[in-house]
Amino acid sequence: MSDSSAAPTQYTGLKGWIEYRLPVFSFMDHELNHYPTPKNLNYWWNFGSLAGITLVVMILTGILLAMNYSGDTKLAFQSVERIMRDVNGGWLIRYIHMNGASMFFMVVYIHIFRGLYYGSYKPPRELLWMLGCVILLLMMATAFMGYVLPWGQMSFWGATVITNLFSALPLIGEDLVIWLWGGFSVDNPTLTRFFALHFLMPFMIVGVVVLHIVALHKHGSNNPLGIDIKSKKDSIPFHPYYTIKDLYGLGLFALVWAGFVFFSPNYLGHPDNYIMADPMVTPAHIVPEWYFLPFYAILRAVTFDIPLGLFTIDAKLGGVLAMFGAVGVLFVLPWLDRHPVRSASFRPIYRWAFWFFVLVCLGLGQTGALQPDEPFYFILLGMRIEFFGIHSVVFAQLFTVWYFFHFVALLPLLSKIERAKGLPKSISEPVLRPAGA
Amino acid sequence: MTDANTPSSNEPTRRDFLSLTAGAVGVAGVACAAVPLVGSLAPAADVLALANTEVDISKIAVGQSTTVMWRGKPVFIRHRSAEEIESAKADDAAEMRDPQTDAARAARPEWLVLVGQCTHLGCVPSGQKMSDNKGDYNGWFCPCHGSHYDASGRIRKGPAPLNLAVPPYKFVSDTKILIGQAA
Repeated sequence: MSDSSAAPTQYTGLKGWIEYRLPVFSFMDHELNHYPTPKNLNYWWNFGSLAGITLVVMILTGILLAMNYSGDTKLAFQSVERIMRDVNGGWLIRYIHMNGASMFFMVVYIHIFRGLYYGSYKPPRELLWMLGCVILLLMMATAFMGYVLPWGQMSFWGATVITNLFSALPLIGEDLVIWLWGGFSVDNPTLTRFFALHFLMPFMIVGVVVLHIVALHKHGSNNPLGIDIKSKKDSIPFHPYYTIKDLYGLGLFALVWAGFVFFSPNYLGHPDNYIMADPMVTPAHIVPEWYFLPFYAILRAVTFDIPLGLFTIDAKLGGVLAMFGAVGVLFVLPWLDRHPVRSASFRPIYRWAFWFFVLVCLGLGQTGALQPDEPFYFILLGMRIEFFGIHSVVFAQLFTVWYFFHFVALLPLLSKIERAKGLPKSISEPVLRPAGA
Repeated sequence: MTDANTPSSNEPTRRDFLSLTAGAVGVAGVACAAVPLVGSLAPAADVLALANTEVDISKIAVGQSTTVMWRGKPVFIRHRSAEEIESAKADDAAEMRDPQTDAARAARPEWLVLVGQCTHLGCVPSGQKMSDNKGDYNGWFCPCHGSHYDASGRIRKGPAPLNLAVPPYKFVSDTKILIGQAA
């Protein structure tokens, strides 16, 4: 250790002086410059860096918003309107932040599905995957609390519905909710603590992201073929090849984000949230933001009590358990899918299962947006497609069953019976001699 | 760790004992320190001080309702008509998810006092105004996830697990009730 750092041949002058005492330059050089990366990464591998950049933008805009925001029920709504009307560029900062939450979930969901398709959770990347699941949970908590801060009707009733979920827990539920609220309903103490936590949690996310990257860099990125780097020929340095590719992707992503900010800033929101919170009036239709819709659908899908011998899980607790279970099952995915082949490109059955699972998730999202007793439908290419007037809750139940079936039954089964296609010998092989040649 | 006193044995040493007891005391100390910190999140004294609400009910005509704020949530006070009381009592024998007689829910049958929060996820059910949707059982209907409550505020249909809660309250006089304290 001391030998290598005692000879800082690469760095001279001030850089060398610092490097000898704090090896930041060799660290950055190693992790960002020379860092060997599979040479066959496709554009689905852009979304990790996009998520990281989005996190930085969210923290930056969030801090600027916090400087003008008041976390008090009497002032919160007005202070947000003041940001929109009076603070210089306040409307821009708020719209970037508000739509940024949606953008963050969009890139993270694509990032997760990328991982699912290419088996990025398989050994030796299980902890990398699980840290990602932790990030997802932290993001959900952060987004939920941030949505409460403008103190509009959806903020208030969203907070009421979601905090009430915890009252479903047996024995301690009711007391726990009062403790969470700091009162007997969602009120000033709740808003104040949500503001404090909404400020804190992004930095916790940064911490877990650092661990996520440490775990990533230990074994390097997975790749579309899902096979390991076997020789120097299989990899290229991260810089400039992937820095430039990530920047190009960032340009496209920023266009989408800016498109929302400048042309349709409230498209993803709800008009009701521009009405100040009123504890006496519930909006007719409480809907969470789009990124929570699939989980909301799973929550509402459990409309029946589940008898378990000695005791019964009532519908409310059942829904809550199913919803948290939907994220929880992701944590154990590396042990549910034990098929030795990572990439779905070489798993003909899993590839179908994956795309069907994507459809199920989209279906859950749509049922989450509909009222339970409304007929299920979706709009495709401007056409309204219905299913004999069957209620959306029935579809939510079918999709929920499939969601869990996919993870706990189908993947373990495929791990045993699915025969994979022949893997290429190395990452370089299919490049030099394309498939079918 | 090698211990000079017991060079080669797996037996617990005095040092192990000291480490374990010191560790245990440390954990206990942290737990004690956490108590006030965790407790600070519970309702503060001023929140608790506002825990009771006095309501003048003399102005509520038969068949009308009023909604008052108690502990930051709406409380429904309904001056029930004879027909409503009758239908609520007649339903006592019906099959229910959370069985309760009307008599157990309304100390004075003409006055029904309920926490106006759906027991499912806390939305405010409709049914307070004459023109409101009162659901299939002529009581209250929660628009969020479709729970139906009857004329006694009992859950009859939909996802809510429990009847609308009856808050602790007492009649201070014939025209005044105090919500927050049991009779």
